[in-house]
Amino acid sequence: MSNIAAKAKELLESKAVQVVIGYEAGPTGVVRPAFVTDPAKTDSLIYNENCLQNLAMYLTKHEVKHLGKMGIVATLPVMRSIMMLISEQQVVAENIVVLGISDDGKLLDIADMNVMKAHIEKSNLGNPTKDQEKLAELNKLSLEEKFKFWEQELSKCIKCYACRQSCPMCYCIRCSTDCNQPQWIPVQANTQGNIDWHILRAMHLAGRCISCGECGRACPLNIPCHLLTMQLSDQTYNYFKVHAGTSVDMKSVMSTFEPNDKESFII
Amino acid sequence: METIKKLIRKQSLEKLYSTLSASRKVYAPVVAADKRVEYKYNPAYAEVTFEHIQSTLSVKNVVFPKVENLMYYTNNKVDSTITDIDLTKIPEVVLWGSHPCDNSAYDVLKSIFCWDIKDEFFAKRLEKLVVIGLACHQSDAYCFCTSVGLTPNSTKGSDILLSKTKSGDYIAEILTEKGNAIATASPDLFENANNEEAVITEVKQTFYHEQVTEKLKTAFEHPFWVANSLRCIGCGACAYVCPTCACFDIQDEAKGKEGRRYRSWDSCGFGLFTLHTSGHNPREVQSQRWRQRIMHKFSYMPDRNKSLGCVGCGRCSRGCPVDMNISEQLQALQNI
Amino acid sequence: MCENIYKPYLMVIDQIVDETADVKTFRLKFKNQEDADKFTFKAGQFGEYSIFGEGESTFCIASAPTRKEYIECTFRKAGRVTNALANAEVGDTVGFRGPYGNTFPIEQWEGKNLLYIAGGIALPPMRCVIWNTIDLREKYKDITIVYGARSVADLVYKHELKEWEERPDIKLITTVDPGGQTPEWKGEIGFVPTVLEKAGLTSANTIAILCGPPVMIKFTMPVLKNMGFEDKDIFTTLENRMKCGFGKCGRCNVGKLFVCKDGPVFTYEEMKVLPAEY
Repeated sequence: MSNIAAKAKELLESKAVQVVIGYEAGPTGVVRPAFVTDPAKTDSLIYNENCLQNLAMYLTKHEVKHLGKMGIVATLPVMRSIMMLISEQQVVAENIVVLGISDDGKLLDIADMNVMKAHIEKSNLGNPTKDQEKLAELNKLSLEEKFKFWEQELSKCIKCYACRQSCPMCYCIRCSTDCNQPQWIPVQANTQGNIDWHILRAMHLAGRCISCGECGRACPLNIPCHLLTMQLSDQTYNYFKVHAGTSVDMKSVMSTFEPNDKESFII
Repeated sequence: METIKKLIRKQSLEKLYSTLSASRKVYAPVVAADKRVEYKYNPAYAEVTFEHIQSTLSVKNVVFPKVENLMYYTNNKVDSTITDIDLTKIPEVVLWGSHPCDNSAYDVLKSIFCWDIKDEFFAKRLEKLVVIGLACHQSDAYCFCTSVGLTPNSTKGSDILLSKTKSGDYIAEILTEKGNAIATASPDLFENANNEEAVITEVKQTFYHEQVTEKLKTAFEHPFWVANSLRCIGCGACAYVCPTCACFDIQDEAKGKEGRRYRSWDSCGFGLFTLHTSGHNPREVQSQRWRQRIMHKFSYMPDRNKSLGCVGCGRCSRGCPVDMNISEQLQALQNI
Repeated sequence: MCENIYKPYLMVIDQIVDETADVKTFRLKFKNQEDADKFTFKAGQFGEYSIFGEGESTFCIASAPTRKEYIECTFRKAGRVTNALANAEVGDTVGFRGPYGNTFPIEQWEGKNLLYIAGGIALPPMRCVIWNTIDLREKYKDITIVYGARSVADLVYKHELKEWEERPDIKLITTVDPGGQTPEWKGEIGFVPTVLEKAGLTSANTIAILCGPPVMIKFTMPVLKNMGFEDKDIFTTLENRMKCGFGKCGRCNVGKLFVCKDGPVFTYEEMKVLPAEY
């Protein structure tokens, strides 16, 4: 039995939690989220390098919350998401037990949010290397070339909203794109409407995106939409020197003002 | 008409393709830069793939585009006018190389769009469509056509069905008058069939759809739905890649006085799909919406439309970000 | 050219009545006489009303089929389309598609007592059938209307309520929620189910037609059952969210039925076998 399974069993048996959110292997071998409520069934929980989905999105899902106190298998991006969700008052720290996973796949002892904060602080909080490289490549392009790249990518978008739905930070019950008075974003999935949607999504995540890349992974058309939010993570860090999801009481950089804020980006 | 069996040599296929694409739009599968298979209009023959298991998106957009204009208007308050869509301008399209599952979907869509009053937007596009299908010589773990009463070489929905032989030539089953018109227009490309057999993949049957349908009659309140949809994130990927999902939205878009009304794909998986103006939502949580998706395809449609709402292409499962594997779920449902 | 089933009739707003602060009634006339001549509908049917540039919205036809030459609709300002409609003026052109859906079987009700029960903005979908049966008054026995709203200001069709009240051949009971009354209010004070319970009505040879918010339906049903109504004699009209109106877009699907095709009129007997997704 793996450490995760053993810990999950212990948590469920002691009734410290009512459900453990982790990963299991589906019938085709694909890794997917698992919700274990029975201590006898924790053996299905796995952890390997394919366990990339950001499970934190389930912490705000009605039917999962309904199960009771939640244990959650959490890699660094998940832990940062949890921090963000607590700081945005979407999740109550007391309702969660974090089964932290180190970068090399080991179970961490995350006793409370302070321990988690300490762990996050000593981690690498920039964008994942391969995404940062791709961004650097894109940033070398001219404005026209960049626009062409995104126009081509976003023309594929079918507005299935997998990017939004898979994102722990996109927890709004009614998204701005679903608001129609006024209709900010065209409903249909044409190129212009798609560009509008992805800009809106990225802007709403500026300073909130924790660079997990889940939106890009979720996209059935392989649109690298995570690069948009990651670019903004990078930029907000450059401007404000704050990484999202690093403490439970941080204020969103885009909705707070400090007298010494840089204003160089204001046109 | 009675099926005519012919043989097309590998090299003749290219000639047939160029003959067809010279006079009309041909919609054929190509491999995109990221290795996904997508359909394109009139790609160069060299680009067209014959080795695809499945494209990410279905080809339903040839009859049910993701956005379809329903009318144009000028809003002058007092003197508003409507300009109708000229459906006679819908072009003839040859769909090339789509698999039997996809081709079987037209009957399902017909049972939705033409069950009562006829939706001319759909009907006209279908009328102008010629399907040159390609039987499957490959499949993967997500394919389950045999579980929904089809086979990798079902002829349903194809005007001509091509099946690859060992030597790389193709057996052409000419199935309809539309198909026959194409064959008779290029008689030198269609040879008499020899004894060579087609290579057809094997797709394992994983459930009995009749049993699932029977089970669903009494499964509405079953805890199965909540337990098996906890991981569903409520996106519309499954519905949008599905060849038979036909739910749509109707919206207006105007610039100044000029505008249009269009319909666009929608999904029963979205939380706002059924939300009433009053704030009441008959399907409030995701398990109810997942249940609706399965019920609609495997219970309501067989009951009402006399057609199963699924052709077993497996796209929903391949495209799902959280592996909501439909054939796995149906197997489980069969045994609850 | 083929017939476009999504193309609306062009209608002219002939009259606007402000019912409450946010509820209006429009009288619409066909722009083309040809359309008017062809058009027929029956009580209970609905349509898709549109403002070009904003979209379509679903409401029941609120006027009676016995009143020719126009249709009326009553709507509450709630969303994008209804807000745009509310801003329209007499003489403006709007779109209308319909009629869609099934009808109240008023021929089968002949010779019976009719008990209409409505709450708030749910009177408009019943106004059509109410007027239809009143216009054919001799075919029915007692006609009783129980209508409740949150407050006096929320009562719609105030002129008609007065007219019904004054008619000797109609029994009208109006009520407002406690606290919703004004000093001049002469009707009942209390919730619809309570008022219905003490109204001393009978279920004998009676059809009940009920429409209102889910909470009103929930508490009124047991009262009707206590009064002895059978499920098949209780009618309602459902209002699931709709787009196309003819059973294609999938939005109003409940079980194997479409509210837009198989409804909106259902008996309680029919509703009981449906999944509760309305």
